[in-house]
Amino acid sequence: MNFDFSDELKQLRDEARRFLTDRCPPAVPRAILEGPEPFDRALWQAMAEMGWTGAAIPETYGGVGLGRLAVCVLAQELGRAVAPVPFASSVYLATEAIMLFGSEAQKQSYLPRLATGEIIGTFAMAERPGTSDPRKLTAGVSGGALSGVKLAVPDGDVADFAIVVVNGGSGAWMHLVDLTGAGVVRETVTTIDPTRSHAKITFAGAAADPLPGSTGPETVRKLMDYAAVPMAFEQVGGAEAALDMANAYAKERYAFGRPIGSFQGIKHKLADMYIQVQMALSNAYYGAWAVHTDAAELPIAASVARISACEAGWFVTKENIQTHGGMGFTWQMDCHLYYRRAKLLGLALGGSREWKLRLVSELRARNTLVAA
Amino acid sequence: MDFEDSPEEAAFRAKARAFLDANAERRKPGEVEGYRRGQDAPGAMERAKDFQRRKYEAGFVGIHWPKEWGGQGGSQIEYVIYNQEEAKYDVLTGLFGIGIGLSMPTICTWGTAEQREQFVKKTMRGELVWCQLFSEPGGGSDLAALRTRAEKQGDEWVINGQKIWNSGAHYSDFGILVARSNPDLPKHEGLSFFILDMKTPGVEIRPIKQVSGSSHFNEVFFTNVRIPDSRRVGPVGAGWKVALTTLMNERHGMRDAPGPDVAELFRLAEAVELEDGPAIDNTAVQEKLAEFYVRTQGLKFTKFRGMTALSRGQTPGPESSIIKVVAANKLQDILSYGLDMIGMAGPTMGDEMPVAGIFEEALLYSPALRLAGGTDEIMKNIIAERVLGQPQDPRVDKGVPWRDVPTGPRAGKA
Repeated sequence: MNFDFSDELKQLRDEARRFLTDRCPPAVPRAILEGPEPFDRALWQAMAEMGWTGAAIPETYGGVGLGRLAVCVLAQELGRAVAPVPFASSVYLATEAIMLFGSEAQKQSYLPRLATGEIIGTFAMAERPGTSDPRKLTAGVSGGALSGVKLAVPDGDVADFAIVVVNGGSGAWMHLVDLTGAGVVRETVTTIDPTRSHAKITFAGAAADPLPGSTGPETVRKLMDYAAVPMAFEQVGGAEAALDMANAYAKERYAFGRPIGSFQGIKHKLADMYIQVQMALSNAYYGAWAVHTDAAELPIAASVARISACEAGWFVTKENIQTHGGMGFTWQMDCHLYYRRAKLLGLALGGSREWKLRLVSELRARNTLVAA
Repeated sequence: MDFEDSPEEAAFRAKARAFLDANAERRKPGEVEGYRRGQDAPGAMERAKDFQRRKYEAGFVGIHWPKEWGGQGGSQIEYVIYNQEEAKYDVLTGLFGIGIGLSMPTICTWGTAEQREQFVKKTMRGELVWCQLFSEPGGGSDLAALRTRAEKQGDEWVINGQKIWNSGAHYSDFGILVARSNPDLPKHEGLSFFILDMKTPGVEIRPIKQVSGSSHFNEVFFTNVRIPDSRRVGPVGAGWKVALTTLMNERHGMRDAPGPDVAELFRLAEAVELEDGPAIDNTAVQEKLAEFYVRTQGLKFTKFRGMTALSRGQTPGPESSIIKVVAANKLQDILSYGLDMIGMAGPTMGDEMPVAGIFEEALLYSPALRLAGGTDEIMKNIIAERVLGQPQDPRVDKGVPWRDVPTGPRAGKA
């Protein structure tokens, strides 16, 4: 049994944690929350220089070639730091889409620049409230021109290009679109978590370059599965940080002459938070194993990782506020940074309700419970 | 990152399988291991003892114990691998859990050479069955508050008092007993630890009827029961420390809750018809199934993380402490949800029910799993205090002589 990251990846995790502790304390996401900048460009550049943006990109395309497990390790630390950078959009989604479904020319053109952080990519899918079933989309491409409106595109106002999902019929379901080109109107929108900017994007005849491998709606699901795993690590990282925060506060804050952590009402809540974090981390490991080995059960593993991370992220960040009492509800305390981010990440890629239905459907399709 | 055995582990697993294939019946696919199901069947105990003897002779008892205890000197991971394999076979080993899992490690750690000589090998071979005489009506989670008295008279100790929740006391040969040898000291300091021959005059065993209707537990009463001082384990007054060795062995181990799991819930959902068709097609049911599946997998992979540490010769991390509390609660939630799906027909017990009535059976024994071996509340205290470093509750009994500690209206002093 070797259900753990390698020493090399653990070293990467330790380095990332040291770097982010120093370079991205809570004051950094707070500065984005309170200021005019959409993200921390200097932090993004520093991460790119360390090779994080190219971690999973093969060396032949200018990346570091550490594989997807390295992205998982980094994602957990970025989640812990509530980092205000477009890492998830550019790395888990745009880079992954090109690696999975791009042509050789697209890979050669985009991956080296994604690796250096020179360009930022994102993923544009949602068109209306409700299901994220790609077959329900109305955006379409005709004669190489894309038309449609995409809501809540993460980093949509700062990305250079987007992977846009369309109702592709017998053609490509994902297209590369230059967001700085003609026929693209971007409008920054207010969200529950302004530490990560979002945009509404209207495409009116924008030039669309199809990803040739994206031959059906199931390829969109496949991309979501690949993205859900590092996303789960990022969610678990945020939950860990919120637990650490609550745990520290419960030792320092006294009421009725004793630390509040000595009351079982708080103590058991902290234990429940710890349980949630550990369950989600174990399930995220399962996802990591599946992406690493390209396992046939990836749709199951990704769903399990996703559902577990959504539950842990929500539970732990809301109970962190509760543990802090009235102080937890103030702007000045950092509790809300974790709370906002947890729900934001819990909605990106679709909420856990959808993933639960998908999980059961995958389990039934295989007619087995994979050694439950 | 993989789930594979190392070559040494694979070889050990093959050896374990070969032994089990030759000496036991493999469970049928889909057959659920019931909680102590079958222990009361005619001849079950004889079969269990016979299997235990063969298991000992094949070298699969005390796998990870040091050689000087009479063990195999193997690794923790080998012990886990053997148990994984054994769980696939229809064997009753619960009978020996308290003897081999708890009593022998305690006696080997604290006992005399004579005691080891007398008990260890016979227990490993399945010749002796043990029970645990710790909990009392007024000393459960707060075990050190126990009242059963041990008074020294010459070379003997005279025991008076009462124990409770004693699994298998009615068929056990010996018991491990903690009693109060000095009521004037603070509660942790006045205890001593003994080995009790259950046939000693003055020992009275009364079965407790459980929620499930069966009687696995007992109350055990002591009236002037005499134990020779040679059967004391550890120094006089060190009973709490000795008992902690037992408790650490009890809480150690990544214990799951046996019973219907998410696979059985899926089978049930396929069998049950709801308003709009088969339950398995109902999206509300599907959401619940997914939640249970995620919890099941979370437990499984948390165990795999612990096994990885064992496989590397390390101690499992603190994450293993969540397993019991998560597993026992998940079991109850699955049972309740499953029966809810069955609906008005749910109360019936028996083989004609979907999934052979195991939901109904397990419903009745499942409360025990959230209590035995540390209640949910105690387990969460342990997680918060030992893993997260939170302070203990203030204790009003700290440093107070035991006889002056308030006990409330429900208990009288011994």
